[in-house]
Amino acid sequence: MRPGTWQFSILLKLSWRNLWRNRRRTGIMLGAISVGVWAMIFMTALMRGMVDDMLAQGIRNLPGDIQIQHPAYLDDPSVVNSIAEPGGALLEALQNDGAQSWAPRIRVPAVIASERESRGIELIGVEPGVEQQISGIPAEVTEGRFLESSRDNGLVIGARLARHLETRLGKRVVIMSQDPDNNISERGYRIVGIYHAEIAALEESRVYAGLEDLQQLLGIDGRISQIIVFGEDYRDVQSRYLGLAAVLPDGLDMRPWYRIDTYLAAMFKMMDGFVLVWVIIIFLALSFGLVNTLVMAIFERVREIGLTQALGMRPSQIVVQILLESLLLLLIGLAIGNSLAVATVKPLESGLDVSVVAEGMAMMGAGSVLYPTLTLHDLLLANVVVVVLGILTSILPAWRAARLDPIRALNMH
Amino acid sequence: MTAIRCHKLCKTFRQGDETITGLDHVDLDIDSGEFVCLSGPSGSGKTTLLNAIGGLDTPDSGEIRIGELQVERLDRGALADMRLHHIGFVFQSYNLIPVLSARENVEFVMQVQGVPATERRQKAAGILHEVGLEGMEDRRPAQLSGGQQQRVAVARAIVSKPDLVLADEPTANLDSVASTQLMDLFAELNSNHGITFVIATHDKRVMRYARRLIKMRDGKIISDKAN
Repeated sequence: MRPGTWQFSILLKLSWRNLWRNRRRTGIMLGAISVGVWAMIFMTALMRGMVDDMLAQGIRNLPGDIQIQHPAYLDDPSVVNSIAEPGGALLEALQNDGAQSWAPRIRVPAVIASERESRGIELIGVEPGVEQQISGIPAEVTEGRFLESSRDNGLVIGARLARHLETRLGKRVVIMSQDPDNNISERGYRIVGIYHAEIAALEESRVYAGLEDLQQLLGIDGRISQIIVFGEDYRDVQSRYLGLAAVLPDGLDMRPWYRIDTYLAAMFKMMDGFVLVWVIIIFLALSFGLVNTLVMAIFERVREIGLTQALGMRPSQIVVQILLESLLLLLIGLAIGNSLAVATVKPLESGLDVSVVAEGMAMMGAGSVLYPTLTLHDLLLANVVVVVLGILTSILPAWRAARLDPIRALNMH
Repeated sequence: MTAIRCHKLCKTFRQGDETITGLDHVDLDIDSGEFVCLSGPSGSGKTTLLNAIGGLDTPDSGEIRIGELQVERLDRGALADMRLHHIGFVFQSYNLIPVLSARENVEFVMQVQGVPATERRQKAAGILHEVGLEGMEDRRPAQLSGGQQQRVAVARAIVSKPDLVLADEPTANLDSVASTQLMDLFAELNSNHGITFVIATHDKRVMRYARRLIKMRDGKIISDKAN
């Protein structure tokens, strides 16, 4: 070992032993740090779980991870701006992972009318087998059944929409939309299923029909509104996006979810900001205790600090010794806090029932079961913030200790 | 060779509205290997002079040289280095680090100097044996008597063979037997290791060990003679 290592080892030894001179005070401070760190991580896991759920549901229900459509479709989602069903290199790229991870959809504005009421809706033509497998649409059929095939001539509507239309399962309704020549296309449909969705707005507006059936109604055989691509993790769409971009035919527009739904994208970005702010707020509360502990610890051994100065310890070494004391306290507190957080979050990862506040959760676009999510990123963030800010707040007491006048310090009783 | 040279050292203190003279134009040369006692009544300037020589206190004016070092020009870090490598301190109240054992207290200065562990252990064991504390190496200060603590402090001061030991009333809290043992030890270290000793004391028994006796009053040296 080099001389610097010997010097460090005596500073570490002094810091460690000084830490346990007042076990009660150290114990209280450790308790505060541990609970603070636990609260940081636990609450972050809950928030992360909620936002993840909101994003995952939002992406699953609405845009998918990536959308391919006509360049004018997002501005004017009418049947005029449809595209051909995928073929060639694009189809190969869509299917390159073996499993079905994309779905063709027709999505056009329409009017639904019962014998009593009518409403504007979003008419969605789907391939039922594919959608149920990869997107989970619709979330939950509570009455009747979902569409059985692409040619199924029934309709599946939301429970709220059924209430508004004053209709029910088995009743007939009329769907009206426009064909590519701007002529009215209309037809009677029987309601074969009523679904419930976590998000009320979706339950009120979305009506599902078979894809081929809708192509026939709208007079767009072989054409669709969008290709929806799903991935494993909504946070990691870039590689899939680039792979598809390489084979995308001219005249098609492709966008990842965060460029389609800016609200979801903003929420995703804001989450990291929320976590950081939350961690810092908790730390600020802790920092008062930490600084007080250090100041008291220094005050109690002013003479010893004067003595170490008299014996030849440099001011910088005194600063390092006090900072080490703070660091040790923080590291022990972090170890306990992290363990507590992992021990309490892990059992809840299978789901925490928050149905007592289900309406509020639904308003935010989240479900009634919360899945706390512990990420390495959030754990590291909490630990780094505590260590970095802890050391920063300890610098002032440490610097003051190093600036003590040795004579005054030695004569202090 | 001159170990310490003080030239026109002045130091005053403020106490309320009053100005107290600590050192008043003190000129003093001490050679290497000398055994010097500073005596005088309380407030005569003995401790102030020791503190100024040791770089613990800054004089208002004047110069101090320790070997080749011009003390008053050194910053806090350089003063700490000077104390670490050239000076051993023994204080009136034993001033040990309570969380370290006797051996660790003795090793402390060497560890800050960066001396390897094996060498440190050997030296600490040797010096503790020399001051009569063999078998008490692992005791904390609270488990040692006053005399034993002072011997640990002495062992710490001399273990790295400093050029100079500054001792401020080292026997003030010791009984007569412990005082005699301590002074015998100082005398032996002075003759065997050539360490320069400067001791501030009121104790006439301590003064008998000095080969040079300097008397101070009101911050001035009023007599300086061989003993």
